[in-house]
Amino acid sequence: MTATAPLDTEPAARLEASALTLGYTDTAVVSDLDLRVPHGKVTVIVGANACGKSTLLRGLARLLKPRSGSVLLDGEAIHRLPTKQVARSLGLLPQNPIAPEGVTVADLVGRGRHPHHGAFGRWTTEDEQAVAEALTLTDTLALADRVVDELSGGQRQRVWIAMALAQGTDLLLLDEPTTYLDVAHQVEMLDLLADLNARRGTTIVMVLHDLNLSARYADHLVALRTGRIVAEGTPREVVTEEVVRTVFGLDNRVIDDPVSHTPLVVPVGRRQRLAPQEIR
Amino acid sequence: MTVTVDPGPVATQTPTRDAVEVVRRARRGPVRHRRRLVGGLALVVAAAFAARVLLGDYTVTIPDFLRILGGEQIPGATYIVMESKLPRAVLAVLAGLAFGVGGAIFQTTLRNPLASPDIVGVSLGASAAAVSAIALAGWTGWPVSAAAVAGALGVALVVRLVAGDHGGFRLVLAGIGMAAAMQSVIQYVFTRVDEYDVQLVLRWLTGSVNGVAWSSIGLFATALVVLLPATAWAARSLEVTELGDDAASGLGVGRGRTDLLMFLAVLLVAVAVAAAGPIAFVAFLSGPIARALNQGRTTLLASGLVGAAIVLVGDYAGAYAFADLNLPVGIVTGAFGAPFLLWLLARGPLNGHRGRRAA
Amino acid sequence: MAVLAHTRPETSNPLGGGPRSRSALPVSVAITIAALAGAGVLSLVVGATWVPLAAIWDSSHPLHPVVEARLERTVLGFAVGGALGLAGALMQGLTRNPLADPGILGVNAGATFAMVVGMTSFGLTAMSQFLPMAFVGAALAALLVHAIASFGRDGATPMKLAITGAALSAGLASWTTGLLLADRKTMETFRFWQVGTIGGRGFDVLLTGLPFLVVGALLALAGARLLNTLALGEDLARGLGRRTTRDRLVIGLAIVLLAGTATALAGPIAFVGLVVPHVVRGLAGPDYARVLPLSMAAGAVLVVVADTVGRIVLPPSEVQVGIMAAVVGVPVFIALIRRTGRAL
Repeated sequence: MTATAPLDTEPAARLEASALTLGYTDTAVVSDLDLRVPHGKVTVIVGANACGKSTLLRGLARLLKPRSGSVLLDGEAIHRLPTKQVARSLGLLPQNPIAPEGVTVADLVGRGRHPHHGAFGRWTTEDEQAVAEALTLTDTLALADRVVDELSGGQRQRVWIAMALAQGTDLLLLDEPTTYLDVAHQVEMLDLLADLNARRGTTIVMVLHDLNLSARYADHLVALRTGRIVAEGTPREVVTEEVVRTVFGLDNRVIDDPVSHTPLVVPVGRRQRLAPQEIR
Repeated sequence: MTVTVDPGPVATQTPTRDAVEVVRRARRGPVRHRRRLVGGLALVVAAAFAARVLLGDYTVTIPDFLRILGGEQIPGATYIVMESKLPRAVLAVLAGLAFGVGGAIFQTTLRNPLASPDIVGVSLGASAAAVSAIALAGWTGWPVSAAAVAGALGVALVVRLVAGDHGGFRLVLAGIGMAAAMQSVIQYVFTRVDEYDVQLVLRWLTGSVNGVAWSSIGLFATALVVLLPATAWAARSLEVTELGDDAASGLGVGRGRTDLLMFLAVLLVAVAVAAAGPIAFVAFLSGPIARALNQGRTTLLASGLVGAAIVLVGDYAGAYAFADLNLPVGIVTGAFGAPFLLWLLARGPLNGHRGRRAA
Repeated sequence: MAVLAHTRPETSNPLGGGPRSRSALPVSVAITIAALAGAGVLSLVVGATWVPLAAIWDSSHPLHPVVEARLERTVLGFAVGGALGLAGALMQGLTRNPLADPGILGVNAGATFAMVVGMTSFGLTAMSQFLPMAFVGAALAALLVHAIASFGRDGATPMKLAITGAALSAGLASWTTGLLLADRKTMETFRFWQVGTIGGRGFDVLLTGLPFLVVGALLALAGARLLNTLALGEDLARGLGRRTTRDRLVIGLAIVLLAGTATALAGPIAFVGLVVPHVVRGLAGPDYARVLPLSMAAGAVLVVVADTVGRIVLPPSEVQVGIMAAVVGVPVFIALIRRTGRAL
């Protein structure tokens, strides 16, 4: 049932979960989970609602303390490391970020440099360059002096990513970055992230709810069900009819995406199962 | 929210030097605006200070004032300036600064303009502790300030515990309850006081800069010399805290840092209350007014200056605007601050931060 | 809008039934009467001087005068407590807000301010003159708070009502103090009154206020059915044929009469109206036909007991009722916030 890529051919993993159990109250949402995030690749975590994928990401992002087990960054338990130190390696795009009123794009992206300012840190040219680069990469340079509040949804999401980029981290975690975006912007966003991964080698871990987009953009796919990994590996290995049925409870066919040649899930609904003459 | 059409993909590799220039220029705008605002407010405060000290029912000329400061004894003027006007004005500025900064920190960190120390009972907690120390235990001097700090921290802790991680509404409601409780304590102390001192009552229920000894003001000023720079340093994380708990954690600002900042804010408010009483609404109004003047952006320094201006003007009005009556500043700010708060409540959703979500 | 914490339909009677069915009624009545009698006796007996039971009915007993003196405050305590308990239950039912209370929503502050205006600006001195002022003040404050809190898309949520009430109370308190500063003589008598106290009032004061209390209570008890219907939601109530606006005005009038009179007689006492209805609903279910009279009784018991405890807790001085009520009320308020957190 579990499809795993052979571990010895995987690149080194800087971020990993080891026997990780996470929960908010007494029940465990993620149970005894092991995950090694392949370095320099795009990892996507998928699963049905309430399977624990957001919780897992939050655990990896140091937002949630493990009940048992640990999250390791470069071999060290992430919770024992100072927050600022972690922030220099791990960037995060949270699910519902708040844009303070009246803040300009340049200002907001600049705040991403905070982890690099020591106790008495001042703003340096290095910071300026990081911000400029982040804005350029996300194609938001033209919006630099605009107020974030007044931007469209797609533009705002790009600005938040720019802020995470300005943080200058090797790893980037994103919690459902494409929710609230329309399809065109979703693809645009994922293209941007893929670009980032290709150009800068940023390790990306994200939670996506769209299985087909996940199959298209992921190097490494992790399918969760009730807090445990059901399948893990390349999209071709993971996105099979059997796995999709187990994880999503959906009758389906898997075909080849004519554009990207990654697996494409075609749902089979109740009506499609009826013979054509029977459909009224 | 205005919907803008995306301009479409631009060439993604523009020369970095131009880009840096764009960034630099974009960052300069808000900074310049803020500097101008702070400058303007500083002038306002200075003017109000001068008016308070030199004008009113007894006018003192500037040369005379300077001479008095130098130690010269001008009959009548020296007493009035040194024993009445100057201490009131100095205390007004200091208290306004402390309340303004403390209030702005509360409102920004808790992401709720209603979560201001005077509304959630922190100021009244400090006051209840201080007045109990003075009236029931006979303390004076710095132990009173210490009691005020203890009272403020106690209330802050209770409110924080009750609100748990839900913050927002629960916090404000718990604060209102605690404020009512603290008021009862203060009123109880009054009924135990043998010699009925009106000034005492007014100071500790609403706040007053009147009749405070130079020694107390000096104590307060010393505390501020330590607290304000510490706060300025700790507040550098405020721009990150504003972005939400998750984003803040992602950027390296954990709970500890935020707690430290709130602790300093509570201290600021507590020492101000120990000196001048819980001057109503100054902490609540300074932040929003400063923000409105700063295009919506939070600024602690401007908030402090707005607070100083409010207390100075309020004290001036209380002293002279109502014939024969010498109203303490707390009554003035309470009488005008409350309608203003009511207007704000009616005008728009004041509950909760108006930050944008991704939708 | 918050729904009262206990309006959960049960079995056949949509307004609560089950174990608290009709057969339990005589029991609750008996308990109520016992509680009232017990509180009353305690109030007469306990104090700086402990009086033996015999002194209560034996008019020749040397300590009988003490009992007589305490009788005044006991009766006043029953009246004021009953009024406040009832007013609180009415407010909570009317606004569907578990945190409603005449003190929190600014009604008491309005009554106080109006009375002080009467004292200082018009030179009123008699209770019969204060009462109309108190009613006007209470009514205006209630209307103002409700009007302001109703702005905005979500209307008058409990949260907004509480904040608005607090703001108005603070503002009115400032104005009140400002007026008193102009009139030092009034200030001196006022500082004790404003704490909320039932000692040292006198029977004639109570008698002046009694008619209004009675009218208010009758109006309130008649409004029980409306409140039950309102608890189901405004639209449903209208659909069921009640003339909701007229009914609400009647209830509002009852609240003003009760809270205004109570404040005029004893000064502003907060939290009684908040705590009592919750306890009563917890024990007797959400049916207002029960909640109202029981709130009245429970409020009466609470105030009298609070006054009694206040007399002995810190000898030789006395802690006023208003403060004791706050001591009990604030922890309950906080516990309520924790419990109803989501609903707000």
